[in-house]
Amino acid sequence: VSSRRRLLRRLSPFALLHLLRGLTPIAMLLVSLDIALMAAAGAPTRAVAAPPQSGIVKPDREPSQPSVKLGSELYAGNCSTCHGIAGSGISSPRPGAGDVLGEGPPLRGVGAEAADFYLRNGYMPLGSPHMQPYTNRVLLTDKEIRSLDEYVASLGSGPGVPNPHPGQGDISQGMHLFTEHCSGCHQEDARGGYAPGARVPPLQGVNATQIAEAVRIGPYLMPKFSRSQISDAELNSIIKYVLLQNDPQNRGGWGIGNIGPIPEGLVTWWIAIPLLILSCLLLGKKLRP
Amino acid sequence: MKILRALWGLILIRLLRRPMAEKPLTQEEAAAPALEESERIVPAGTRERGAENLVLLFLALSTLFAIGFIVTYAEFSSKAMPNQLLGICMGGSLICIAAAFTVVAKRLVVSEELEEEYPSEHPEEQTQVARIVHESGSRITRKRLLLTAAAGTGGALSLAALTTVVSLGPSWNTGPLDYTPWRRGRRLVDENDHPLLASDIDQRTFYTAFPEGADKEQISASLVVIRVDPSQLRLPPGRAGWAPGGILAFSKICTHAGCAIALYRKPTFAAVEPKPALICPCHYSTFDPFNGGTVIYGPAGRPLPQLPLEVDSSGYLMAGGNFSARVGPGWWNVRSKPT
Repeated sequence: VSSRRRLLRRLSPFALLHLLRGLTPIAMLLVSLDIALMAAAGAPTRAVAAPPQSGIVKPDREPSQPSVKLGSELYAGNCSTCHGIAGSGISSPRPGAGDVLGEGPPLRGVGAEAADFYLRNGYMPLGSPHMQPYTNRVLLTDKEIRSLDEYVASLGSGPGVPNPHPGQGDISQGMHLFTEHCSGCHQEDARGGYAPGARVPPLQGVNATQIAEAVRIGPYLMPKFSRSQISDAELNSIIKYVLLQNDPQNRGGWGIGNIGPIPEGLVTWWIAIPLLILSCLLLGKKLRP
Repeated sequence: MKILRALWGLILIRLLRRPMAEKPLTQEEAAAPALEESERIVPAGTRERGAENLVLLFLALSTLFAIGFIVTYAEFSSKAMPNQLLGICMGGSLICIAAAFTVVAKRLVVSEELEEEYPSEHPEEQTQVARIVHESGSRITRKRLLLTAAAGTGGALSLAALTTVVSLGPSWNTGPLDYTPWRRGRRLVDENDHPLLASDIDQRTFYTAFPEGADKEQISASLVVIRVDPSQLRLPPGRAGWAPGGILAFSKICTHAGCAIALYRKPTFAAVEPKPALICPCHYSTFDPFNGGTVIYGPAGRPLPQLPLEVDSSGYLMAGGNFSARVGPGWWNVRSKPT
């Protein structure tokens, strides 16, 4: 004999609730998969830059103007542990200043361009060669950085600090080029993210010169782009687009800070789906006799 | 169009049958309760013909929307498909079904509930309750008609949902997916059709290349070209001489979901940093260029197809043959060699 009550339950909105209860584990599984994906994407990355524990070594008396001599003194105290004497590089680990096992690429021929990039965003000096250089507090003064630029430039012929003109760029072309060359790692809105093996820095608050330097030298795991691949005019457009992303035009809606598709999807799972389940629960409760 | 005609036929038959279907049912209904009238515990449910008509109207509307979807899909080419119209049709159809169900639930299904617990110890009361359930169950007079209408609507909606399958192609001809424009001697050009000089290919960066004089939009056209230290190459057997001067060319289409391999990870200081890899930004499939494009991380299921390279007498890069495997995302038989 079939119970009327059971029949009613089958027809009522409870049915939806039961269905959703059944689906909840699946939803949770999807969410955890999402998180696992994010964790997996982040997992192979290594510790991100910290300045050396020994601190910055500076000469007792610094000249009033930037000079190669000041640069060489700073280099000897802060860089030579890893980059070797006169930028020769150290290929197998060797103890240096502050008990750091130094090892690092040669700096001959990299020019002021690379030195300026790595020093002005706090990538260098690096606490350990096994860390990923990352945007950090700059521990050197402008004068010291310029001295080091001059010293590194004197080690071998290399490119100088670039002087881009983003004002001459074209935002539309810049977006096109950024999408093609950069957005795979840095995301369309230049907010950064992860790539296997590295944290990808966001490009907010980065100035035009640093963008130009990064494109030409390819810091850490980023590929470098020569003038035959991205011309100076095209670079101006890219820079103009990136600078625009500091304050992007917001077309409404809930952007969630433009943090990217995966976290935005997580927000959907964690907020929208619980709301849906909650409304089902309330609906079911209201109809319960 | 045949399907459409058949559908219209079905609907017409149903509309015509309506008055006929009604009669025998009412006669039956009229005859049946007369016999049992004295024995009934619960009076027969009130007939709700108006509600039934409303249900039928909604089901008919839903069917029309579903047909509208099929007609829209048939009328327009895939490039000019009015998605809004398709959405309105599908949405309208579902909303009408929901409305029909709502009317059924609110006005046709008797929703009374037994106050006390179900009597389990008294078999007589049990049968009584069972009879209450049985007798008061229905306000429906045209059950068969309603069921036919519902089945018709369900069929039309399913058909509408299945229509989109037609776009998979009139046959299972996957030949075009096998086609590649790469032949031995075909030069590599950049996106502006300038041929690539082998001497212009630098290490620590990557280039996108296409076959000279071929459609760049084709899935097997685009290449990612890199140069690595030739002494580090460990290419699979049979691929000796595929990488002149350490220059490697792979299909730019990821073997997982068909995204473009838009990342080339290159270490600045190889001793402590991750080794070079080609990476797809969509799901982080990571391929080892030294080893012939084998998967070292991520969801891709097979290596990136490699294109043998040669350098011609003027120093330009050209293909030395076809890809090492079929290009593109996973699909049936994809593991077999290119045709």
